[in-house]
Amino acid sequence: MTTESLNSSSRGKKWLWFHRFGSPAWVYGFASRWAMPIGVVALLLFVVGLYQGLVVAPPDYQMGDSYRIIFIHVPSAWLSMFSYFVMAVSAGIGLVWHIKVSDLVARSVAPLGAMFTFCALVTGSLWGKPTWGTYWVWDARLTSELVLLFLFIGYIALSNAIEDRRTASRASAVLALVGLINLPIIHFSVEWWNTLHQGATVTKLGRPSIDTRMLIPLLIMFFAFNFYFLSAMLYRLRCELLSQERRTQWVREIVND
Amino acid sequence: MTPKRKQRLLLIGLLLTAVSGAVALALTALNQNINLFYSPSQIAAGEAPDNTTFRLGGMVVEGSVKRSDTDLSIAFDLTDTAKVVTVRYTGILPDLFREGQGIVTTGSIQNGEFIAQQVLAKHDENYMPPEVSAALKQANADNYSTEQTAQ
Repeated sequence: MTTESLNSSSRGKKWLWFHRFGSPAWVYGFASRWAMPIGVVALLLFVVGLYQGLVVAPPDYQMGDSYRIIFIHVPSAWLSMFSYFVMAVSAGIGLVWHIKVSDLVARSVAPLGAMFTFCALVTGSLWGKPTWGTYWVWDARLTSELVLLFLFIGYIALSNAIEDRRTASRASAVLALVGLINLPIIHFSVEWWNTLHQGATVTKLGRPSIDTRMLIPLLIMFFAFNFYFLSAMLYRLRCELLSQERRTQWVREIVND
Repeated sequence: MTPKRKQRLLLIGLLLTAVSGAVALALTALNQNINLFYSPSQIAAGEAPDNTTFRLGGMVVEGSVKRSDTDLSIAFDLTDTAKVVTVRYTGILPDLFREGQGIVTTGSIQNGEFIAQQVLAKHDENYMPPEVSAALKQANADNYSTEQTAQ
C-alpha cells in the first residue's frame, strides 16, 4: 500500500489530493479530525429538526399527529438506500483497484445501512397500523425494502465468515454489486406496480405535495440523518483501519502514545 | 489504468448488465403477481380470478356508503373512475376510511358483488394541515358554484 501511494505521488500533482484517500494512515487522521465536528452538527440539526417536526409543524388534515413519523421514516428510508449505494460502490472500487481503504469504507457502512433499513421498516409498520389498518402487507415497496435489509445482513455475514481479509472483501463486493439492482426497484416500485405504499412526495418532478411548514422540518431531519451517517461512518472507519493495519508502524506509534 | 484493472471493471459492468437484464425479465414475467391489487376495470374485463381470494383496490364512491343500523356491516361502491364494483364488509374499518378515499380490500366475488374479509386504507402522497385542506375544499366548492351560475 505504501509503495503504491509513493509511486502515485510521483505521477503528477493533479492527482495528489485524490491518492491520499488510498493511504490508511492519512485517512485515519482525516477521520479523526472530522468525525467529531460532523457529529456535533448532526446533533444540533437533530434537536432543531425534532422540535420543529414534533412541536411546531401543524398536524395533518387526515392523519392528525401520526403522520409525524415521516420525520424519522423518510430520512431513514433515504439513508438505507444511500448507504447501500456507498457500500456497493466502494466495495466495487476495492474490487477493481484493490484499494484497502475502499473495502474498509464498505465494511463500516454496512451495519449503519442495516440499522437505517430496520428503522425505516419498523417506523413504517408502526404508522401502517393506524393509517392503513395493518402492520405489514406484501406489496412491492415493503418487500423490496425487506430484501434490502437481507442484503445488508448477507453482506455483513459473508464479509465476516471468510477468514482471509482479501478473499472476504472480494466475495462480499460481488454480493454488494449484484444487490445494487434492488435500489431502482425500491425507488420505482410505487410507480411500476399497484402498491399500498403511497407514491413519492418530495423526490418527484414538480412541486413536493407537502405543506411548506411540514417540508422544512423534514429537510432539517434529512440533513441531520446524513450528517449522523457521515460521522458514524468515520468513527467506524477508524476502528476498521486500526484493526486492519494493527501490525504497521503508524498504528504502533498511535497505540504507544 | 492497467489492462488488468480495465478487465476487472469490464467484468463488473458485464455482471451488472446481466443481472439487470435477468431481473427485468423476471419482474416482467411476474408483473401481475407483484401488483398488490386488481382494479374494478380489471374485474370488469374478467382478469381477476374466480372463486379465490384476491385484493381489489379503488376509490370509495362519494355518497355510496350504506351502514347497517343493527351491526357492523357496511356496503359501498369502489371505482377506478372507469368501472364500479359494490363491496360488502362486516367489521371495523381503519381510521382513514371515508368517501373519496383510496382503499385496498381482500375478499372474493360472489354473485357479482365483492365480499370483503379485510379493508385497508391507502394513504396518498399529500400532506397538509387541516386549514389548508379546508381552504382547498372551499376553493373547489366556489369554483363549482361559479360554474353552476355560469350555466
